[in-house]
Amino acid sequence: MSHDLTYYLRMNKMPHIFCPGCGHGIAMGCILRAIDKEELDKNEVVVVSGIGCSSRIPGYLDFNTLHTTHGRAIPFATGIKMARPDLKVIVVSGDGDATAIGGNHFIHACRRNIDISLFVLNNNIYGMTGGQYSPTTFLGARATTAPYGNIDPEFDIAGLAVAAGASYVARATAYHALQMVKLMRDAIRNKGFSVVEVMSQCPTYYGRRNRMADPVDMINWQKEKTYTEAEAKKAESPEELEGKFLRGVIHHKERAEYCERYQELIDRVRGVEEK
Amino acid sequence: MSKDGRVLLLSGNEAVAQGAVAVGCRFFAGYPITPSSEIAEQLSLIMPRIGGKFIQMEDEIASIAAVIGASLAGVKSMTATSGPGYSLKQENIGYAALTEVPCVIFNVQRGGPSTGLPTSPAQADVLQAKWGTHGDHPVIVLAPTYVREVFDLTVRAFNLSEEYRVPVVVLLDEINAHMREKVELPASVEIVDRTKPTVSPEEYKPYDTSFGDIPPMANYGEGYRFHVTGLMHDATGFPSGDAKIVGACQERLLRKIDANVDKIAASKCRFHEEAETLVISFGSTARSVNHAVAELREEGLKLGTLRPLTLFPFPLKELEQALSSGKTKRILVVELNMGQLILEIQRYVAGRVPVLGLHKADGEPITPEEVVDRIREVHR
Repeated sequence: MSHDLTYYLRMNKMPHIFCPGCGHGIAMGCILRAIDKEELDKNEVVVVSGIGCSSRIPGYLDFNTLHTTHGRAIPFATGIKMARPDLKVIVVSGDGDATAIGGNHFIHACRRNIDISLFVLNNNIYGMTGGQYSPTTFLGARATTAPYGNIDPEFDIAGLAVAAGASYVARATAYHALQMVKLMRDAIRNKGFSVVEVMSQCPTYYGRRNRMADPVDMINWQKEKTYTEAEAKKAESPEELEGKFLRGVIHHKERAEYCERYQELIDRVRGVEEK
Repeated sequence: MSKDGRVLLLSGNEAVAQGAVAVGCRFFAGYPITPSSEIAEQLSLIMPRIGGKFIQMEDEIASIAAVIGASLAGVKSMTATSGPGYSLKQENIGYAALTEVPCVIFNVQRGGPSTGLPTSPAQADVLQAKWGTHGDHPVIVLAPTYVREVFDLTVRAFNLSEEYRVPVVVLLDEINAHMREKVELPASVEIVDRTKPTVSPEEYKPYDTSFGDIPPMANYGEGYRFHVTGLMHDATGFPSGDAKIVGACQERLLRKIDANVDKIAASKCRFHEEAETLVISFGSTARSVNHAVAELREEGLKLGTLRPLTLFPFPLKELEQALSSGKTKRILVVELNMGQLILEIQRYVAGRVPVLGLHKADGEPITPEEVVDRIREVHR
């Protein structure tokens, strides 16, 4: 274990591209802390991404790293994991990458329960392309392509992952960084498809158009708009939780992992042939 | 039957599976689509028996993505599809071309644009195979005619892909994919593996050109922690917008093929240096052409054939041999489309002799009789 995270960073690639006040740097730090605490071997970690702000993260990390096409990180990662089940495969994605263009891959990876950890950095906007509305942009919010307010209802990423069959699902926020590390560690340890939705903030493209240009306001919003399971139990009425998001472990139920299932298939087929 | 060879009754699709396994392919990802599905079905049967992996992905895009991922992890990988699915794969074929990840894509061509004629033959994806993905990119395109040749070119596709670090496309068509022939398979095949780095992980650069135009390739998980991106990149694999670096990368990508055309291009020719009419055809259409040419040569017509096994790069050497013989008065290109390869031939010939065509795209094969009639029309 190292307390100096530069051990995991490609320092010659700094400075990073994230805007001032962006939550993605916090998430990147949490990913590294989780990997560090799990004492993973750098040579045995593969970090895969698609396209978007979050997808630039692997470039800064000193692992086997793959920056793929928009929405397709999960199937690329699936190929890697099937070819080398011994490697630890992590996908870093965003709300647009994972649930719009890559939505099909997202639900099918959940269904297969392949041992990949997916961290979806949800900032409710397409940041890289300049602030168009995404599948998680809130109703009524403004974006460059929703100048009159967004009329598309939003996805619940964590809920989608649970429904599609992921064996571990959690929601974290950039505000609650220590909890994020813990949830990412859980995800890495879970033998199966794990999803951690990270509520991140984009002051540049979301905040400025939605009267929250100050990153501090945005990150405080994460604190105000989320609750833990313990807080939910203490709530006096359901109205208290309305419009708020549960953070922490949302679902954890282990079930057969895809690569192990495939290995069983190989053993079974070969066993029959030997007889 | 040779000593350890096997005699089998195989369809072209089955021969793809046999060839892939023989050359060491151990990962298949695909999506059901007619008329290629037997390739997936065969490999779902074979792969577990030999410790390989088969996965039916959620769509065509995911299939080619998984193939590239598995190849990066060091496993020879392939996908198989047909027209509509081939269109969907194009973006990631470009990704493989730019990132120089070996992989093989089988496209069993079927009729028409869009859903078209799923169970009918066509050869209408010729130019898509070359230009389907965006940007200037290298690609090798092979086109077998006979079932045994499907096996051989499948083996060669993987070998070329590993040697040049490019995606290789094999174009079959509904006829030679489903036709069964008695074939004798060899006991073993030549196997080419990607060149591994000889330098230490600290010194390793994934696109290091100091060893030549084809950089040695490390696999993920072997101690070489490198970055791969679909952005234009420098020798270290990290994004670059520097015009000199980008220009050099772009030129090298194309040069990998262009400088090796003599080694890559292949064809089967008959009487091409003594023909007044040279007939060019490929894939299953060449079967009708060969039949027609044999019949008319018996009548004394001075005909020859050129059958490219590689559509790209095109076997220009043999074409030039014909043209420089001084005997060629015309070229007839026969293809089951509305005129695709003929455009390339016209460009190569550049007006030296007339280049004429026989084309159709109605879901039916071009018959020997149609070829005979067309040759009689043009051969005067």
